[in-house]
Amino acid sequence: MSPHHSITHGDEATHLDIIGILPQLGLALPFAIVFVLYVIAIVRSNRWYKPWPRYRTVCWTIGVVLAIFSVMGPLARLAHMNFTAHMIGHLLFGMLAPLLMAFGAPIKLMLRTLRIPTARKVSKLLKSAPSRLLTNPIVSSILNIGGLWLLYTTSLYFLMHENILLHLIVHFHVFIAGYLFTISVIYIDPRPHRLSFWYRSIVLVFALAGHGILSKYIYAHPPIGVSIEQAKSGAILMYYGGDAIDIVLIFILCLHWFRASRPNGLATS
Amino acid sequence: MVKKTKRSKQLVYSKNPNLWSGILFGIGVAAFLDEVIFHQLLRWHHFYDKSTTDIGLISDGLFHAFSWFATIGGLFLLADLKRRGAFFLKRWWGGVLVGAGGFQLYDGTIQHKWMQLHQIRYVDNILIYDLMWNASAICMILAGFLLLKVTSKEEVA
Repeated sequence: MSPHHSITHGDEATHLDIIGILPQLGLALPFAIVFVLYVIAIVRSNRWYKPWPRYRTVCWTIGVVLAIFSVMGPLARLAHMNFTAHMIGHLLFGMLAPLLMAFGAPIKLMLRTLRIPTARKVSKLLKSAPSRLLTNPIVSSILNIGGLWLLYTTSLYFLMHENILLHLIVHFHVFIAGYLFTISVIYIDPRPHRLSFWYRSIVLVFALAGHGILSKYIYAHPPIGVSIEQAKSGAILMYYGGDAIDIVLIFILCLHWFRASRPNGLATS
Repeated sequence: MVKKTKRSKQLVYSKNPNLWSGILFGIGVAAFLDEVIFHQLLRWHHFYDKSTTDIGLISDGLFHAFSWFATIGGLFLLADLKRRGAFFLKRWWGGVLVGAGGFQLYDGTIQHKWMQLHQIRYVDNILIYDLMWNASAICMILAGFLLLKVTSKEEVA
């Protein structure tokens, strides 16, 4: 057995900085801001349009709360020392929160709230080439799953706990990549570049496989600074927790196919 | 008993939709039962085995993801057949048996033996387990093909 030195044994001062209140606020604040903007948008747009669906607001709210919970407070502090807690945070911050926030359909809400000229600019932006590239499922899978491989199979995971800037970048990357991945596979918001169900299904299967393979790889090859025991329990959590969240993605994708391929003459159920 | 008159629209994805829905669901169910019974309940299978090869890990990951998708996708295809009045239970079962048996045979020969993913059970006399495993897989495949043969004339799109 190789001597795995635990991250907690490092320099106390640096660790206090990284799990201090400022980095936590830095990660949580953007979520608080978008939440407030979302609520303002609902209040404003409800004056002219029919009431914004309540389930969207509920999904968005739970998503935001989970995202904040995973980067601020007891879980975030524990995640710094405990790999299993880190993995709970990863599942919430990189998978479940982006999924729930995608159900909130923020782009749809934004487009109906903004004044028409501004809304046109936004929709032009959505149609742009960079937007098309980033929401291509292959690109977003590489950003998402590829990013995770980079994090857990190189020294990045260890370095992330030593450097505040890296800590912030990795965390924002995990969320944004998770969100892009979700919206590239299931279309909830208005989407100018639509891809076939086949295309998205095949990419989704490969991306899920990449996540599963990485979990088992971590089980056998703990990231630097993580003990074998913690790597094992973290890996199992990643594997099955990932499965649980993936069911929702697969179900929604299939449901959209089911609705879209409805034969003519059959009433909508 | 398929009533062709009830079909409101030609199915677009296959000439053999009952077969494909069955195969997908069969693969998914076999993989799911493997996970629940042998990994979780009996704890015979191991999450990871020291002899697991890289190719075994990749194959396991791909099949695990695919079977997850296939279970849900296969059921949606079934729902689609139902609403079109094109569901044909006997043929669908043929597909399920071929899919489940095919997955089990692949798992029992290529993944367990060649790729050394993990063994069925960690005991001395593993041979008997391997034989039972693969024999049951072959039985399922044969039964499935029999059903498909019997029903082949009845489902012509």
